[in-house]
Amino acid sequence: MPLTNRHLLGLQGISKEDIQLILDTTKTFREVLERPIKKVPTLQGKTVVNLFFENSTRTRISFELAERRLSADSVNFSASASSVTKGETFKDTIRNIEAMKVDMVVVRHSAAGTPQFLTRVCDASIINAGDGIHEHPTQALLDMYSIKEKLGKLEGLKVCMVGDIAHSRVALSNIYGLTTMGAKVSVCGPSTMIPRYIEELGVDVIYDIDEAIQENDVLNVLRIQLERKAREYFPSIREYSKYFGITEERLEKNGKDILIMHPGPINRGVELSSSVADGLNQIILQQVTNGVAVRMAILYLLGTLN
Amino acid sequence: MKIILRNVNLVNPGQKINLSGTNVIIEGGKISKIGSLDPEDFKGEKKEFDLTGKYLVPGFFDMHVHLREPGREDEETVISGCNSAANGGFTGLACMPNTEPAIDSAEVVSLIKKQAADHLVNVFIIGAATLGRKGEFISPMAELKESGVVGFSDDGVAIKTAAILKRVLEYSAMYNLPVIEHCEDETLAGGAMNEGLNSTMLGLPPLPSVAEDLIVARDLLMAEYTNGRIHIAHISTKKSVELVRQAKKSGVKVTAEVTPHHFTLTDDSVKTYDTNYKMNPPLRTKADVEEIINGLKDGTIDCIASDHAPHSAEEKEVEFEFAPNGIIGLETQIGIALTELYQKKILSLEQVVEKMAVNPRRILNIPVPKFNPGEPADFTILDTDEVWTVDFNQFKSKSRNSPFNKKLLKGRALGVINKSRMYFMGEYFDI
Ligand SMILES: [Zn+2]
Repeated sequence: MPLTNRHLLGLQGISKEDIQLILDTTKTFREVLERPIKKVPTLQGKTVVNLFFENSTRTRISFELAERRLSADSVNFSASASSVTKGETFKDTIRNIEAMKVDMVVVRHSAAGTPQFLTRVCDASIINAGDGIHEHPTQALLDMYSIKEKLGKLEGLKVCMVGDIAHSRVALSNIYGLTTMGAKVSVCGPSTMIPRYIEELGVDVIYDIDEAIQENDVLNVLRIQLERKAREYFPSIREYSKYFGITEERLEKNGKDILIMHPGPINRGVELSSSVADGLNQIILQQVTNGVAVRMAILYLLGTLN
Repeated sequence: MKIILRNVNLVNPGQKINLSGTNVIIEGGKISKIGSLDPEDFKGEKKEFDLTGKYLVPGFFDMHVHLREPGREDEETVISGCNSAANGGFTGLACMPNTEPAIDSAEVVSLIKKQAADHLVNVFIIGAATLGRKGEFISPMAELKESGVVGFSDDGVAIKTAAILKRVLEYSAMYNLPVIEHCEDETLAGGAMNEGLNSTMLGLPPLPSVAEDLIVARDLLMAEYTNGRIHIAHISTKKSVELVRQAKKSGVKVTAEVTPHHFTLTDDSVKTYDTNYKMNPPLRTKADVEEIINGLKDGTIDCIASDHAPHSAEEKEVEFEFAPNGIIGLETQIGIALTELYQKKILSLEQVVEKMAVNPRRILNIPVPKFNPGEPADFTILDTDEVWTVDFNQFKSKSRNSPFNKKLLKGRALGVINKSRMYFMGEYFDI
């Protein structure tokens, strides 16, 4: 059974069957990654361009590894979004890539909607590797796969996204994907970081981190941006970590065995204390490994569509 | 040359005229006769137009146009903007001062006037309210008034502070000229679309409706306090319409305009990330559109204006967040107003004419064309029945940034007459 869509732009509107197919395929590739020779010839002769307009070493490396392990030819293109805000350069770049007759484009960009824009101007399959504060579907899929791997299911689970929801592409994709798979999603963070009308997506809003710990099976803790612009949304790092940071004491106090996830990179001592980041409840490094498998699955499913 | 317009319906709410199936003769650019025709009338060199079923109305007037000259002549010039206006059915327009340099001196005013002098379309000019539209010092308003400006605005942004707004209103009140406000609180500005569920789902930086409401409230209070005249440009929120309605009741000298996109589209349109749906103020919600329609019906909103904002394709065909705000509207505006307001029986034809020909001129103290023998002929000819499809390749504007391309509309302008010239079926000729 193939995927319904030839692009992966986001998880909004993606069917349960398609997500299930991706997660099942991920399992196969997860096994490949345990072999001594972690390479399969599946995408031999296919060309993938990794188009990164925003710095994200982790996501790029994860995609590159996935592409190599599927034997695809891959090319990297990196540019800062600011250097292409003139527009002409951006469109020229896209036209150039189109002219190279590539099969798939993995795109990361600081502006929301860029992957949609690409589908209108080039023929390749587009994979969204994060667009602004919109979606980051591969991250959400690897989060979902990791939860399922650890807890055996998604349906009926309660998952809370913690932190700056308003400026997170990871949160939105997780909300769409998990809700489709039958999990109950909540968000927890300072009210200034919770976007308006998020409840209309079927999400509960919690402002008390202890309540979030008690009520949920999984905490997916997001990275807090520390640069000046983001800092306008909360008084101080100290106050943030005191009221929303996850510490061992807090987990003990609530006496709860809860799964801790983080998309990385972690600000230790801010959203997660070091002891929690390295503790028994977390699966942060498994997430990284699963990230490669999920991306292999997506590249495989889209690359072999026709 | 003598022009005979035969069997046409005459509608001019400015004079409470509503005549059907009459004839109009124009000689030397002036109306020479209205009524039945004699054999005498057909003598001499003449051009006849059978306008059975069509309407002759006072020339339409768009009080919110960005002509981009001086500064961005690649996007629009005074002449291309006027051609666009004529093709869209307008005989007059007022252009906004956010050019480069801004229209804050008599020199820039006379430059634009010179460019427009020979065109069929009358170009009126809105001067900057503050020097360079920077919100620090009031512009030379007396000098601007003397050179012919008909209002003041820092459009693109609101007048920066309450203190300078107070002085602008006080000073402009000496000349009874309106202050036209782009209502947006600068500290809440910068978003790419209306704040709401859609901005959350699309991951686009939000621009809250309260940014508009705050400045509308400030401006209404200040207009009341100074007894100055305030005109709310491109009103877009429910709350702002309610505030203006209330202020009008209590006697504040306020008028308001709305654009065709704000009474037809909502932020749902942004879902495709098409930058032709990016403008400022942004497209709002269904509730806002409904209240705007109420405001058009009950007269809270005085007029319809396009906020015609040409942008080059290179600038507009980029990531949504990076694209400039604004769309063109001169050549779709009448069709949209007729389709969405007149055909749907929200407004009568008289009301449409009021909002697109009569009221904009009254706000700017410009005489409204009169249908009397001896008066200059300043007309728009409307066909309210023609069904047509917008094709931006037919636009006379230099730019193409319209969200209404390929839209099916019912009703359009067939031509215009003004300044002893006629534009009909795509051609200009002297009359
Ligand atoms: Zn404006």
